[in-house]
Amino acid sequence: MKQSFQVDERGYYGDFGGAFIPEMLYPNVEELRSRYLDIMAEPAFQKEFQFLLKDFVGRPTPLFKAERLSAKYQTNIYLKREDLCHTGAHKVNNTIGQILVAKRLGKNKIVAETGAGQHGVATATVCALMGMECIVYMGAIDIERQAPNVARMRMLGAQVVAAQSGSKTLKDATNEAMRHWINNPVDTHYIIGSVVGPHPYPDMVARFQSVISEEIRIQLQEKEGRDYPDYVIACVGGGSNAAGAFYHFLDEPRTQLIAAEAAGKGVNSGHSAATTFLGRPGVLHGSKSLLMQTEDGQVIEPYSISAGLDYPGIGPMHANLSSTGRARFFGITDAEALDAAVECSVLEGIIPALETAHALAVFEKLHAKPEEVIVVNLSGRGDKDLSTYQQHLKLND
Amino acid sequence: MTKMNRITKLFAEATEPILNVYATAGYPNFGDTMTVLHALQEGGVDIIEIGMPYSDPVADGETIQQSNQVSLDQGMTVAHLFEQLKAMRQTITVPVLLMGYINPVLQYGVEAFCKKCAEVGIDGVILPDLPMAEYESEYQAIFEQYGLYNIFLITPQTTDARIAQVDAISNGFIYMVSSASTTGAKTGISDIQETYFKRINGMNLKNPRLIGFGISDRASFLKASESAAGAIIGSAFVKLLGQAQDLRGEIVSFVQSIKGKK
Ligand SMILES: Cc1ncc(COP(=O)(O)O)c(C=O)c1O
Repeated sequence: MKQSFQVDERGYYGDFGGAFIPEMLYPNVEELRSRYLDIMAEPAFQKEFQFLLKDFVGRPTPLFKAERLSAKYQTNIYLKREDLCHTGAHKVNNTIGQILVAKRLGKNKIVAETGAGQHGVATATVCALMGMECIVYMGAIDIERQAPNVARMRMLGAQVVAAQSGSKTLKDATNEAMRHWINNPVDTHYIIGSVVGPHPYPDMVARFQSVISEEIRIQLQEKEGRDYPDYVIACVGGGSNAAGAFYHFLDEPRTQLIAAEAAGKGVNSGHSAATTFLGRPGVLHGSKSLLMQTEDGQVIEPYSISAGLDYPGIGPMHANLSSTGRARFFGITDAEALDAAVECSVLEGIIPALETAHALAVFEKLHAKPEEVIVVNLSGRGDKDLSTYQQHLKLND
Repeated sequence: MTKMNRITKLFAEATEPILNVYATAGYPNFGDTMTVLHALQEGGVDIIEIGMPYSDPVADGETIQQSNQVSLDQGMTVAHLFEQLKAMRQTITVPVLLMGYINPVLQYGVEAFCKKCAEVGIDGVILPDLPMAEYESEYQAIFEQYGLYNIFLITPQTTDARIAQVDAISNGFIYMVSSASTTGAKTGISDIQETYFKRINGMNLKNPRLIGFGISDRASFLKASESAAGAIIGSAFVKLLGQAQDLRGEIVSFVQSIKGKK
């Protein structure tokens, strides 16, 4: 299949991508770029990767027909249950892949950034599994709002370092992780948690996450007699779960790709993280993409109730999907996400992550037909968000 | 023929180690930029590097990050900086570089930026996150049209082959980062670094080098200058700016102490 929405040899998706990194990072990124495809193609690598996805992560994850949601919206809704992955979200698909790459590059230390803490937990988990040292940078504000995940990372033996600069959230944690890598270039691999960063990271992470759409194809064939849905819906922070859910449908014209961004208190409220609505082309964290920024090119501090979507940029693949019109983007407010989280909980018995709730809020806006098939990527479970849910939904009264 | 770039002239004529000092624009106060430039020149600096503040300076350590944030909070922008520098060449005769990150330059517009640099008398720029390949394909022609030098960095991990490429594409000088680090992370010069400096000196590059990162006083300046045409001081000077009571006086005596003029 011709995959025209994939990365090109220069590391670009259309006008977006590239590797805008200081020279200090060049040797590491270049080593990764020149080797990642070969490493991933090695039979021994694939064997170990597939084994761990199956027996450690618990894949394949189910594709569950959500009957009561389907009835409510008078269509056919399937939930891709990434929340059932070990550690509770899709993030682990990528960390398993990257730690196996890191081993083959001869690295014995890992640095990572985290927002909601899901990627941090997934990284700490694979580091424990492989006996590697792990440092996770996390914004000081996120450390407070995602306390259970901080405790999990520490229990897994990782060192959690508070990023105190800037907005003290995901963007700043990413800056600190990059600085750590600059200062420790020889023994350390940086496991980026989304389809962001300099080439080859966006492509490598998308490939590791592409297991999601690979499974959707097989599972839909069994359940619906066709291997593509009419819609795939996913939330987008940096865009890794969306990249994984879209991957095998990128060049399938019968499938509409739908992305849900965090609109916070409203796209134009000044408290939002809806990058495709508010961003302009710019460079952050090593790639050219859409970026929320001032006229002067300073990065704007985003806002979302969800720590995992609270990021001023978006992966270059998604910037291209947005600007070419290949994917449709919806801005979902905090309130809409909270409502959708409750709806999924009471109708399907599944408490979703706040990030995921943004994707679930799209049903209402989609007006899908009764014969159409929707797959929504249920990227993670809501345990980590209980304190936010308690606070906003007044669950303690 | 256009007149010789001030950087080229400086290196051609220098008889002693070259001192390049970095100062964040609009720091410690919004209106201090020209005061700092004048004091640096008065003290005897050879090159001035003005930092264009950025919200996410990944190659910089805490000291420079913080100065960037203070400057931005006080309202500094690329446009304001050009405004502050507009009459600079009436009094400043030393070469002046702008150092910063690529995004604010992209938003200003690359061509508009280069044009403005030429207008106010900027001699070169240092943009650590603008990679060589990108520069060659998208920017080089515009930079050259406006006589602007783009200064590249090399590190102890840069391969000989890549250093040769950097040398071929460079003008003015090559910025030799003394160790794998962000700015201000380490101080002093170790034996391992000297081995790296010797390796570079053995390569017969066409461009002279200045050593930066970890240079903070006369001793480290002289040590670095044994292996290069001179050195660059950043974080140590920004620290001084942040604490100075008598801005002009302290800058002059700092520069004089590094240059051994006192
Ligand atoms: C459950 C869940 N979904 C989605 C995201 C957003 O990341 P991405 O857009 O890379 O999938 C996160 C990030 O922390 C997450 O934890």
